[in-house]
Amino acid sequence: MKLVKYIFFDLVRSRFVFFYFLLLLLFTGTFILLQDDVSKVQLSLLNIIILVVPLVSVIFATIHWYNSAEFIEVLLAQPVSRKRIFISEFVALSLAVGGAFILATGIPLLIFYPDAVSLLLMVGGFFLTIIFIALAFWSAVFTRDKAKGIGLSLVLWLYFSLIYDGLVLMLMFNFSDYPIDKIVVVLLSLNPVDVSRVMVLMKMEMSAMLGYSGAVFTDFLGSSVGLIYSIVLLIIWSIVPFFWALRKFSKKDL
Amino acid sequence: MVKIRKTVLAVAFLLTLFSFHIEAKQILVSKNGNGISSLKTALTKVSAGDTIIISEGIYPEHGILIHIPVTIIGKNFPVIDGEAKGQIFYIDTSLVTITGLIIQNTGFSSMDDVAGIRTQHVSHITISGNKFLNCCYAIFLAASNHCIIQNNFIKGNPANQQLAGNGIHCWQSINCDINHNEITGQRDGIYFEFVQGSTISDNHSYENMRYGLHFMFNDNNRFVKNYFENNGSGVAVMFSKNITMLNNTYRDNWGASAYGLLLKEINDSYVLYNHFEKNTAAVYMEGCNRIVFSRNDFIQNGWAIRVQASCMNNTIAFNNFSGNTFDIATNGSLSLNIYSGNYWEQYEGYDLNKNGIGDIPFRPVSVFSMFSENMPESMVMMRSFCVTLLDKIEKVIPGVIPEDLIDNSPMMKKINNAYPGSGT
Amino acid sequence: MLIRVQELSKSFRKLEVLKNVSVSFEANQCVAIIGPNGSGKTTFIKSVLGMVIPDSGEIIVSDKNIKNNFHYREAIGYMPQIGRYPENTTMGQLFSMIKDIRKHNGVSLDEELIESFHLPALYNKRMRTLSGGTRQKVSAALSFLFNPEILILDEPTAGLDPLSAEILKDKIQQERKKNKLILITSHIMNDLDELSSHVMYMLEGNLMFFKTMEELKAETGEERLGKAMAKLMKQQTN
Repeated sequence: MKLVKYIFFDLVRSRFVFFYFLLLLLFTGTFILLQDDVSKVQLSLLNIIILVVPLVSVIFATIHWYNSAEFIEVLLAQPVSRKRIFISEFVALSLAVGGAFILATGIPLLIFYPDAVSLLLMVGGFFLTIIFIALAFWSAVFTRDKAKGIGLSLVLWLYFSLIYDGLVLMLMFNFSDYPIDKIVVVLLSLNPVDVSRVMVLMKMEMSAMLGYSGAVFTDFLGSSVGLIYSIVLLIIWSIVPFFWALRKFSKKDL
Repeated sequence: MVKIRKTVLAVAFLLTLFSFHIEAKQILVSKNGNGISSLKTALTKVSAGDTIIISEGIYPEHGILIHIPVTIIGKNFPVIDGEAKGQIFYIDTSLVTITGLIIQNTGFSSMDDVAGIRTQHVSHITISGNKFLNCCYAIFLAASNHCIIQNNFIKGNPANQQLAGNGIHCWQSINCDINHNEITGQRDGIYFEFVQGSTISDNHSYENMRYGLHFMFNDNNRFVKNYFENNGSGVAVMFSKNITMLNNTYRDNWGASAYGLLLKEINDSYVLYNHFEKNTAAVYMEGCNRIVFSRNDFIQNGWAIRVQASCMNNTIAFNNFSGNTFDIATNGSLSLNIYSGNYWEQYEGYDLNKNGIGDIPFRPVSVFSMFSENMPESMVMMRSFCVTLLDKIEKVIPGVIPEDLIDNSPMMKKINNAYPGSGT
Repeated sequence: MLIRVQELSKSFRKLEVLKNVSVSFEANQCVAIIGPNGSGKTTFIKSVLGMVIPDSGEIIVSDKNIKNNFHYREAIGYMPQIGRYPENTTMGQLFSMIKDIRKHNGVSLDEELIESFHLPALYNKRMRTLSGGTRQKVSAALSFLFNPEILILDEPTAGLDPLSAEILKDKIQQERKKNKLILITSHIMNDLDELSSHVMYMLEGNLMFFKTMEELKAETGEERLGKAMAKLMKQQTN
C-alpha cells in the first residue's frame, strides 16, 4: 500500500521514533555489556518489554493520531476510503515503532543470545507494540479531546501493567482455598501483558518454580500448545481493539 | 595383660598375611589360549591372597561368587558381560580387590536387586578403576565395612526407568570411602542408608534419574568436593545428624521438584564452602536444627534457601547470594534462624563508615515470596510490575515480612568463598 | 446538477447543527457560503466531503449518492482552513504522495498554482519547517491539482499574503470560467464579492436563502456584498 509507505517514511524520520530507537539500543547495549549472564540480560529486557514498550507505544500512537487529524481530513477529501486510511496509519505506526524495537532490542538480543527465550522476547515485544498502538487508536477514536485521549491511553496502560495484576493477586489471596488455576489461566489470557510475560517466563524459571502445585499452568502454558495459545491470544489482542476502533472510525464525524 | 595379648595376636595375623603374600600366586585368565579362559574356573583354583589377572577380551559370565580373599586385576579393560542374565559378582568374603574391569549388562529384574558387584557382611573390599555399564545396580554394599570405592565409572541405562537401580548403593555400613567416581544414568547416583563414619568425596554424579546423592539415616558422615549436576531431583539428605558437607557443587538441578540440596530432619551439621548454581531451590530445609551454612555461594537459583517454619537455630552467615529469583523464602510468620554477614546482591544499602558492612539491615525475604510460599499458584504473577512494586513498597514500609528475618550486617562486597588451599 | 442536497439534518448530541437543509449547485457557479460562527457552514461542507455522516437526508454528487461511497471525491478538490501535513515529509514527497494515492487516470494535472506560488523551490523542505502561509499555498495547490469539477475552499485567503491571495483569486475566477462549481466559505466579504455568483446564507443550522449575487444586491439595493448582508441581518433582528 502506497499510503503505508509514505506514512512509514514520515514516522521513521521523526525525532521521537529515533529517540525511542536510541533509548532501546542504550538499554539493550547496557544490559548485554554490563551483565555477565544470559538470563539476567533477558530478565532485564523483559521488564523493558512489559513496561516501557507498551507505554511508549500507546502514548506515541495516541499523540500521532491527534497530530495527524488535519492531515487525515486532507486524505479523507481524496477518493480514498476511511478503512484504507485507518489501516495504513496502523500498519505504518506498527512497522515504525515495532521496527525500532526489533532493530534496537530484538536483533542485538538474537545476535548475542540466539535462543528460544530471546526469540519469544522479540515476538512478545513486537506484539505488545502492535496491541498498544491498537489500544491507542481505540482511545483516540473514542475521545475527541487530545488531553482526554492521552489520559485514557495512560489509564489503559496502567490498567494492563499494574491494576489488573493487582486484582488477580487479590483474587488469588481471597480464594486461596479453592482450585482457581483454571480461572487464573483465563484471567491471564485477558491481559496481553500477562500473556507475553508468562509466555517468556515459562521458557525461563517460572515453570520449575511453579512446582507441582502449578501443574495446570505448566502442563498447559508451558507446553507447545500453550505457546501457540499465547501467540493466538496476542494476535486476537492485536485485532479486536483495532477492528473495534476501525468500526467506530468508519462512522465517526470528523 | 589384655593389651599384650592383642598385640601378639595382631603380629601373628600380620605374619600370616605376610606368609600368604610370599606364597601368593598369580593366575592368568585369557581368551587367547595362555591360561584359563573363564574367570569362574580361575576362582576355583585360588587360595586366599592370590591374584587373578584377566587380559583383554569379552567374558560372558554372571553369578561369579567370590568367597576367598583375592585380588582381581583387569589388563586393558576386559569385559565381564552378564548378558542380562543376572548379578555378575557376589562377594561374601572380606579383603577382596577388584580393579580394571568393565562390568556390564546385569539385566533388570523387578524381583531382586541385581548388581554389578554385590557385597554382604564383609569388610575391606576395594573396588577401583572399573567401568560399570548398563547395570541395574552397579555396586551394592550391604553391611560392608571399611570399603573403598574409587575411580569407577558408572553409566546406567536411562531407557530402563522403572527397574533402574542405584550407582553406588551403600546400606548399613561403617567407614566406607567413596571417592573419585563418576556416576550417571542410574536411579540414584549414590545411595546411603544407615551408614556411619564414611566419606563421599570428589565424585561426579550427574544426570541420574532421581537423586545425585540419596542419603538417609546416616549419622557422622562427610561429603566433600563432590559435583552434583543435572540430576532429576538433586541431592536429598534426610534424617541424619553430624553431617559435614564441604566444598561440593550443586548445579543445574532444575525442574518442578528439583533441589540442589534437600535437607529434611538434619541436626547439628555443617554446610560449608559449597557452590549452588542454577537450581530450582538451592537448599530446601524442613525440620532442621542447628545447621551452620557458611561461606557458600548461591548463584542464579530460583530460591537460594527455602526455610520451612519447622526449622530452628540454624545459622546462615558469610554466604554470597547473587542472581537468585528469591534469596530466602519462608512460610512462617516468625524466624528462629540467624542471618548475618552475608553478601546479598539485592542489597541497596550504603556503608558510610567504610567498614565493609552495610549501615542499614537487609531483609532477604520479599512479600511476594512469602505470598507464593503459601499460595504456590501465585508464582504465575512473578516479575509482573505489580509484584515488583509490592516488594518495593514493603522495603520502604515493612509490614508482612517476619521482623526478625533480617541480616543486620550485610556485606557490601562479595565474599571470597574459595575453599582454602583449593587454589581457585 | 453537480451537487444536490436534500433535507439534510445533523445534530451533535443535543445540538442541532443542520436543520433540514435542501439546496442544489450547478456547474459554473461560485457559491459563497456565509453565516456567523456555529451556523453550520463547516458541518455542511464536511457533510458534502463525507467527513460528517448526516442523521437524515441525502447528498447527491454528480448523480451519485455519497452514502458509503468514496469514489465521488475524485470530482472534488478540497482546501482546508488549517492545513497540517506529515511533519517529516518534504513538500515534494507530499505532492507525489497525493498524486500517488489519487488515481488521476486520464486527467491532466493542473500545476499552475504550484508554479505561480513558486513551490518547486521549496520541494526539499520538510513540512514542519514551513510557515502557515506556505502550507496554505500547498493546500491551495493540492486542491486544484487534479482539475476537479468541484472545488471546496474553506477560508482560502486567510493567512495568505496579499500577493498570493490575488494569485489564488485569479485562479478561482479562471476555473469558474471552465464550467466548474466552486464553494467558498470566508469571512472576507470583499473577496467573496469579487468571486461569487451565488450566496448561500446559513443561520443556526437553517438555510436562510440561496440567491444569485444580482438578486441579493437588487433586493437590498446595496452595491457591496458586505453592506447587503449587514442590511439583511439587521432586517432579521428587527
